[in-house]
Amino acid sequence: MTSKLNEKQLVDSPPLTNARGNHDEITDDLFVAAPLNLALQEEISKPSVSFWQEAFHRLFRNKGAVISLVVLLLLVIVALVGPSMNEHTYRSQNIAHSNMPPKVSGLEWLGFDGKNSKGIDVYETQAVEENYWFGTDEFGRDIWTRVWKGTQISLFIALVAAALDLVIGVVYGGISSFYGGRVDNFMQRIIEVLVGIPNLIVIILFILILEPGIRSIILAMVITGWVGMARVVRGQVLQLKGQEFVLASQTLGASNARLIWKHLMPNVMGPIIVTVMFTIPTAIFFEAFLSFIGLGLQAPLASLGVLIEDGYKSMRFFSYKLIFPAFVISAIMICFNLLADGLRDAMDPKMKR
Amino acid sequence: MKKNEELLVVSDLKKHFPVGKKSSLKAVDGISFTIKKGETLGLVGESGCGKSTVGRVITQIYQPSSGEVLFNNDSVHGRISGAAKKEKKRSMQMIFQDPYSSLNPRMTVMEIISEGLIIHSPGLGRKERESKVNELLELVGLNKKHAQRFPHEFSGGQRQRIGIARALAVEPEFIVADEPIAALDVSIQAQIVNLLKKLQDEKELTYLFIAHDLSMVKYISDRIAVMYLGKIMEITESETLYEKPLHPYTRALLSAIPIPDPDMERSREQIILTGDVPSPIDLPSGCRFRTRCPNVMGVCSEIEPQFLEVESNHFVSCHLYDEQVMSREDAVPLYDEKVSTYQTV
Amino acid sequence: MTEEILAVTDLHVSFKTQAGMVTAVRGVNFNLNKGETLAIVGESGSGKSVTAKAIMRLLPKHNAQISQGGILYEGQDLLNLSVNDMQKVRGSEIAMVFQDPMTSLNPTMRIGKQIMEGLLKHQKLSKTVAKEKALQMLELVGIPNAKERLEAYPHQFSGGMRQRVVIAMALACNPHILIADEPTTALDVTIQAQILQLMKDLQEKMDTAIILITHDLGVVANMADHVAVMYAGEIVEQGTLDEIFYQPQHPYTLGLLRSMPNLSASRSEPLIPIPGSPPDVMTLGTGCPFAARCPHTMKVCHDFLPKYTHLSDSHTVMCWLQDERTPSAQIPEEVGSVYE
Repeated sequence: MTSKLNEKQLVDSPPLTNARGNHDEITDDLFVAAPLNLALQEEISKPSVSFWQEAFHRLFRNKGAVISLVVLLLLVIVALVGPSMNEHTYRSQNIAHSNMPPKVSGLEWLGFDGKNSKGIDVYETQAVEENYWFGTDEFGRDIWTRVWKGTQISLFIALVAAALDLVIGVVYGGISSFYGGRVDNFMQRIIEVLVGIPNLIVIILFILILEPGIRSIILAMVITGWVGMARVVRGQVLQLKGQEFVLASQTLGASNARLIWKHLMPNVMGPIIVTVMFTIPTAIFFEAFLSFIGLGLQAPLASLGVLIEDGYKSMRFFSYKLIFPAFVISAIMICFNLLADGLRDAMDPKMKR
Repeated sequence: MKKNEELLVVSDLKKHFPVGKKSSLKAVDGISFTIKKGETLGLVGESGCGKSTVGRVITQIYQPSSGEVLFNNDSVHGRISGAAKKEKKRSMQMIFQDPYSSLNPRMTVMEIISEGLIIHSPGLGRKERESKVNELLELVGLNKKHAQRFPHEFSGGQRQRIGIARALAVEPEFIVADEPIAALDVSIQAQIVNLLKKLQDEKELTYLFIAHDLSMVKYISDRIAVMYLGKIMEITESETLYEKPLHPYTRALLSAIPIPDPDMERSREQIILTGDVPSPIDLPSGCRFRTRCPNVMGVCSEIEPQFLEVESNHFVSCHLYDEQVMSREDAVPLYDEKVSTYQTV
Repeated sequence: MTEEILAVTDLHVSFKTQAGMVTAVRGVNFNLNKGETLAIVGESGSGKSVTAKAIMRLLPKHNAQISQGGILYEGQDLLNLSVNDMQKVRGSEIAMVFQDPMTSLNPTMRIGKQIMEGLLKHQKLSKTVAKEKALQMLELVGIPNAKERLEAYPHQFSGGMRQRVVIAMALACNPHILIADEPTTALDVTIQAQILQLMKDLQEKMDTAIILITHDLGVVANMADHVAVMYAGEIVEQGTLDEIFYQPQHPYTLGLLRSMPNLSASRSEPLIPIPGSPPDVMTLGTGCPFAARCPHTMKVCHDFLPKYTHLSDSHTVMCWLQDERTPSAQIPEEVGSVYE
């Protein structure tokens, strides 16, 4: 005797849900042959989407990434427009107006009331007409202007450094992995030597030899920074080279240029973008760190790191000098990281299926 | 077409991959076979036996360690000029196993199929290329509406057809099909086999059809070669191979296929090989199948069997069919009982 | 002597995806008797593995949901068990073997220890006794030099040997049910034959019921007592081995059997494939899921899901061809002739 079927199964199973039509409507005339439509069988009903369309779709559903993107755009706009929103420049000094606390009319309740740490309204006592939104430093320079000028410079350094990392890393990693064998072996040993030297020492030496300035900071960061990108690209290309679609293109007789530009590059693009997005905040932080330990830009040029270092010195009495640049650099770092995370999730092929 | 002309001649082909300083992985260890024009040769073996390597050496993805491949009486791997090399690449194409990794995920079907046309007929205009691709899509049973879609939107069987269309685009004479159905669903496998057969008839193609078991190859192959650890154990016409397999390994492979028929499954005597395939880095002495062979004899570890034509067009590499060896003193079975049940097959 | 050990009733499993909820298993019913083998056959995406994982409650918690149905093991609904109780059932009462033996073994742990783990946890054996038992299990699954191999790591074994170890692990606690999810798909044919033989021998010795999940009808013919054919999340036909192979009633079962290569057939006989591709479960309509590929489709098939028709004690089929309103001209020769 074999297994008894469930009572349920005999009566009416599977149970009918609304989605599955209604038995009342089954009429005898439905029992006629409906020949196969062979063309219909291969029909694909879903709309066609490319990888990038789908990736953007996924990215825009990630709230954190979208908010970060908006905040970053706002920060960039303010950084570009901010310094020209009042008549001060980042280097114009006015000793009479030194150490003014921040004051914005209408935002007094937020702490922008022009009172110093003792609770005295400095603007009233010194009879200053004009409001310094973020206050002034000990030379009477407008911190609002300096913060946004500093943001400009920090972003510029980070973007240029990331772009150079990108170019060197992609070319180096690409050549190393595409040609493989001895070339790869040799190129990887060079990377290992570079990584073996503590990069802080390399950078300090670099800045000591060159004059401190934007160019030397960028060069110092790039000299070791491209290694990460080169490794990412190499790993990706090595993996792709074994894929059957690359072999297929080879059996078709495709040239190396075709293999690289049509087959390898489009598929490495995703990880490259993600790596760049993670490089930018690292570069911003590193520049700030260099400025903080005194290897960065020289006065009166300001970067966020320089401003934080200045503010840090008088943190106890004039905390606003530290708060504004620290807030901006934190916002930039968090936003870039969230956006990069979102991009990585959006472009990760494992998320498919 | 002259059907009996030999299109591909492989002689004593070897491909060794270096492993460490001293040893090497002997993926292909001296194989010879020929394929006639319009014929399909099935190449069957278990994973790691070197069957895919053979296909890749023939299509010039790998360079051979030694030996020669002649295609239309021309050496494939010799130093040749650019144009001739390109022409040779065109005439030999490959269909791959994994329908998921064999199509570039960032390209549309149109771009994938037209790649060969761009490389080999650069004179072709965009319009002509597109109409050629649409023709090819129709040929493999797909709709031309599919041309602007991306590979991930297709099912496994449809992707495999796109792969076939890509190979056909350059009008090759010879196609290496590297386990084209292994990754597909059962109901789709037959579709692809039938499609390949249809295309062979229409386009007078010659196939090397690589497979990991003997079940599906039968339907497409004229002759079948059975490979084990880098060597061919037996090669003959398909019908003969299924009706009268000679090599103990071929018999075991045939017997290992589960038959979709319960009564036959219940009644038949299965040969179950013991143990695993030895490492291709450290091959056994003498015959490489002796460690798993139910008919192993003393002599098997001493001498490597020769590849002999036992009957017409039926080559076997086994001492059991070599009278000279069988007359030796040590040509006696090591395991008695196994042989007695075994010979009833 | 048949004693029902597992009954799955009206099981529905859905997954949360970016495109919304997708029902991968849509009302599955089957029973498993003690010591018998039930084969669940289906193509990729048919929901057979999801069904197995649902029984083990191994579905990913964050996006999978058993939306309906029951899984009765010896009269107890596994879906109502607490996580702790389920853990006791898993391994000691119901064990599972997966397709890829490498991923189901911990690469940093010695084989012996991995087999002992379950014994120590579920059977509260002492270490020496557990080790003895582990040794016995390795010998039972045919691993040579079992004593030395206890101390080996997974990477030191070949694929076939690893699957033997996995089976030894699964059977160490004498489970009543073994769920084998494509246990031989990753293996070569000659090794597959070894493992299938081993599973049959062990089943005889230990009286374990097996749920064998596979896409290969050859393996089914070799192993199963009962067969359930799944398509797009539904069991479209189920019956004894002979009923399914010799009296198939569903056009899909029929098509599957026809598209299988037959070693004794002549090579000039063409294979008869099932046209089209398996459906995407995300875009299934209200009708029979096989309607789009079925050579005997009627109008009704496209809009309405057929009921189960009960052909014998064991044989059920879900197809409109069984309906009395179907004109006889529509019914293929193979279908309907047997149960007059």
